[in-house]
Amino acid sequence: MNHNKRNIMLTLAALVVLFGLACFVQAEVDSYIRRIVNLCLIYAIIGLSMNVTNGFAGQFSLGQAGFMAIGAYMVGIFTVPVELRADVFYAIPMNPHLVNVYMPLWMALILGGVLAAGIAGLIGTPVLRLRGDYLAIATLGFSEIIRIIITNATSITNGALGIKNIPPLNDVRYIFLATAISYVLITLLLNSSYGRAFKAIREDEIAAEAMGINLFYHKNLAFMVSAFFAGIGGGLYGALLGTVDPKNFLFTLTYNFLLIIVLGGMGSVTGSMFGAIIVTAGLEYLRVFDEPLELMGVAIPLFRPGLRMVVFSILLMICVLFWRHGIMGTNELTWEKIIHFVKHPLAGFRKKGVQGK
Amino acid sequence: MKTKKFVSALLASAVALSLVAGCGGGDKKKPDEKKPAAAAGAVKVGVFLPLTGDNAAGGELELRGIKLANKLHPEINGKKIELVIADNKSDKAESANVVARLIEKDKVKVILGSYGSSLSMAAGNIVKDSKVPAIGTSCTNPQVTKGNEYYFRACFIDPFQGTVMANYAFKKGAKKVAIVQEVSNDYSVGLAKFFKEAFEKLAGPGSVVDIANYQTGDKDFTAQLTNLKAKNPDAIFAPGNFTESALLVKQARQLGIKVPFMGGDTWETQDFVNVGGKDVDGVAFSSAFDSTKAATPEAKAFLDAYAKEYKGEQPGGLTALAYDSYLIALNAMKAAGVEDSKNIRDAIASTKDLETTTGKTTLNADGDPIKSAVIKTVKDGKFTYIDMVNPGDLKVK
Amino acid sequence: MELFQAIANMTAASFAQHMVNGISLGSLYALIAIGYTMVYGILLMINFAHADIVMMACYFAFFGITAFHIPWYLTFIGTIIATALLGVTIERSAYRPLRDAPKNSVLISAIGASFLLENLANYIFSGRPMNFPEIPFLSSIITVGSIKIQAICLFIPVVTVICLCILLHIVNHTKTGMAMRAVSKDYEIARVMGVNIDNIISITFAIGSALAAVGAIMWGIRYPGITPYLGVMPGLKCFIAAVVGGIGNIKGAVIGGFILGMGEILIVAFFPQFSGYRDAFAFIVLILILFYKPTGLLGEKTTEKV
Repeated sequence: MNHNKRNIMLTLAALVVLFGLACFVQAEVDSYIRRIVNLCLIYAIIGLSMNVTNGFAGQFSLGQAGFMAIGAYMVGIFTVPVELRADVFYAIPMNPHLVNVYMPLWMALILGGVLAAGIAGLIGTPVLRLRGDYLAIATLGFSEIIRIIITNATSITNGALGIKNIPPLNDVRYIFLATAISYVLITLLLNSSYGRAFKAIREDEIAAEAMGINLFYHKNLAFMVSAFFAGIGGGLYGALLGTVDPKNFLFTLTYNFLLIIVLGGMGSVTGSMFGAIIVTAGLEYLRVFDEPLELMGVAIPLFRPGLRMVVFSILLMICVLFWRHGIMGTNELTWEKIIHFVKHPLAGFRKKGVQGK
Repeated sequence: MKTKKFVSALLASAVALSLVAGCGGGDKKKPDEKKPAAAAGAVKVGVFLPLTGDNAAGGELELRGIKLANKLHPEINGKKIELVIADNKSDKAESANVVARLIEKDKVKVILGSYGSSLSMAAGNIVKDSKVPAIGTSCTNPQVTKGNEYYFRACFIDPFQGTVMANYAFKKGAKKVAIVQEVSNDYSVGLAKFFKEAFEKLAGPGSVVDIANYQTGDKDFTAQLTNLKAKNPDAIFAPGNFTESALLVKQARQLGIKVPFMGGDTWETQDFVNVGGKDVDGVAFSSAFDSTKAATPEAKAFLDAYAKEYKGEQPGGLTALAYDSYLIALNAMKAAGVEDSKNIRDAIASTKDLETTTGKTTLNADGDPIKSAVIKTVKDGKFTYIDMVNPGDLKVK
Repeated sequence: MELFQAIANMTAASFAQHMVNGISLGSLYALIAIGYTMVYGILLMINFAHADIVMMACYFAFFGITAFHIPWYLTFIGTIIATALLGVTIERSAYRPLRDAPKNSVLISAIGASFLLENLANYIFSGRPMNFPEIPFLSSIITVGSIKIQAICLFIPVVTVICLCILLHIVNHTKTGMAMRAVSKDYEIARVMGVNIDNIISITFAIGSALAAVGAIMWGIRYPGITPYLGVMPGLKCFIAAVVGGIGNIKGAVIGGFILGMGEILIVAFFPQFSGYRDAFAFIVLILILFYKPTGLLGEKTTEKV
């Protein structure tokens, strides 16, 4: 009990400190780093959301891009200032029912999340009966269907021409808050009886059902929660970029987040956070591979644009093959571990070998 | 345990390798940093293009143009111009990152790019906020420059090209036309939309008999084309990516559709002819650029340099536009100096009658060029001039 | 209503042309779908890299003919061998180390392998489309009445049927085939019974990839213009075809391929206004099938093992 209280206090303190850090980053750091930090935070939300289904409930879903698209388009449709809409919908006028509807960003974000969750609920009913690969391919299919509908619904979404003039949001504090709230909500959910039910389903569906867990209800809940946060993340993504278009949400976008959770550890909330940071920052760091390289005056032809992605995919494969559980496996970075580590800095290393299953 | 160690070793070596690479990159840049930046340091021009991902083909062709321009005009006011080339992976988030990086980390004074309007739009807010001007190479969506005083472009915008081709089709006697658009590509949708509007004004309502759609990456168009064939149009307007378009025209010919095909400036690429083969002979498309006769001395220099560098290939419109974007930046820096990006912006905005590979370029208030369009065709695998359209000559705008 | 009108407006010639188009697209899907279904049948995993193996095979054939000037028939044989080797290499390096890992890890590894192949192709061959060389008699056009058909389109169904027969023979009448079926039925028991699992899986991958090469060659002749990302969409659709037919079932994959190819063409034929939704068709079919008959049209009903 005592420990619990301490942990909550510590978490709150950490959030405050991190928020202070976010304020510092916002005020002092150049816009490139800020953008990377923001992208890390947004990817962390989406990674987390994907981890809820894939990592915790054990349902391999590849529909994240579609849910992101819904969130992003809610932001795109409703937050563009009314007077600038004619510029955006220059080819096909916007639907008269929508053209004067304006929403502040937070409202559009929540609307996007709710709509994404609603659609997930509809999709979930048939799809979640499937398992493994079938589920993966069916959710992927739905995400593509959502994208194709968005492409064709020109009077609402402007189709392929995309939406510009979304008020830009490159504010670390705002995005940090969104991430922190998502993190806290998801952690609370996962630590509740629902979370335990998810994990039971992941470990053994039949046993879980025998224990009286309503499989369908819990799977659907996980799927909807996941979609909700993917929608929020997608909305922030749209707001960060200031523009959305359907091609952005091809199913290959989902792979980015799959990567994040694989790297961070399927079934670890803190792992998703680390995964998001490593993938986003790492991809930027690897940019050196794209630049021409001269060693002692000789240009090495190997270094040309494209190499970065090759190196990145090789690192990914190494990680998948030899480091299957990612950074955290299904473990969490808890205050106990941190305190233990601070007290006995070396003990952690000796114990590390017995991580995961 | 063993595999773990192996992995650690592998990862460590990978990190070490990238560190070496990073240092290598650093070494190269050091000479510039040592000298006082204001005096003799190179002027950095940022380039962001899709060099991997779906749009890699277009990005690569444009990079050629920019590199060639840099080779021919390596200096400005006695200072070397250094290109900082960055790949945006055909991904919008990357595109925004990379432009922020070019501005903040590499301190570039002006940015060139990108192929693909959505990639450019993602960078729009950043160049606006950082007050660093950007010149689009082939982002034709009007939204790119509209309301953004820091974004300019070297290419036509969609409405102009669509209108030009509608006027051309009408002039050639087409009474009813069909449109095939790449519904997920803003360029294609934009051109098709304005083509339809202009053509219906010219030839009366109902003169566009059919609009068929396909998605980027599709390979089979036989169903759409069989439908079109039954409608019996006089001509088909099918703007789009060159890979898809080449296959489309090829399949149309295989299905026995003999009417002329029309498209936009993306078709002016060696790859279009390579893939389309003899089937694309006789298509008509608008372009900013004529490779058969040099419009300006600059165009001559470009053509010669291209012929030398890439033997046996015809320079494409994309390459020429990318070359032009470099020239616009260069010209502005000549006038405004290389220190202040804001001054460079103003100088770009007042670009007037600049000699580029595509004739004389003047930028309007939106930052879009006003220039004549050339109608071209493919004859025996070569791009050939057929007609010229001045912005003032259009019957319907 | 509109449907009736569309049918009424369609001339017999157009309809026949649509049918021909559908058959040629369908048989191409079928050919690639067989590769998916084979690997799935044995390993119970989606080989996401299959589509990229098809892409690599296109490049092999392209370079064989244009860069090395090898006669096309020799190139094709070489391509099939090289692609089979590539498939086995991928299996050994990306899938074998995960033999005892959870299924999801293998799936992720497959996605990673596909990602790597695409990036590698982009890096080595550049993103610009390359033109698959024309093969004299296969690329020509045959006219029957008002129906036009490329010779390759007549050839593809024949190749598909030949491949199908050879495969069925291998699977049903050879010792290797028997081992394959054993592995597919029960992996553990097969191992206990002395089947060399690793060999059988390698052989499966070699055959699957060889089929991918055959598909790639047909694909290249029919739709020239090779890019590093050419496999992505067709790959997905062919996988769906395999699922529709009942994954793991070779005949099912062929049927699924035809349903998908035909369906895609006919949806545009009868509902031209929905041509923008053409790509969604495959996914809608997939979801309907999974909803009503999750095992696919010809799939066996299996109970999930605990």
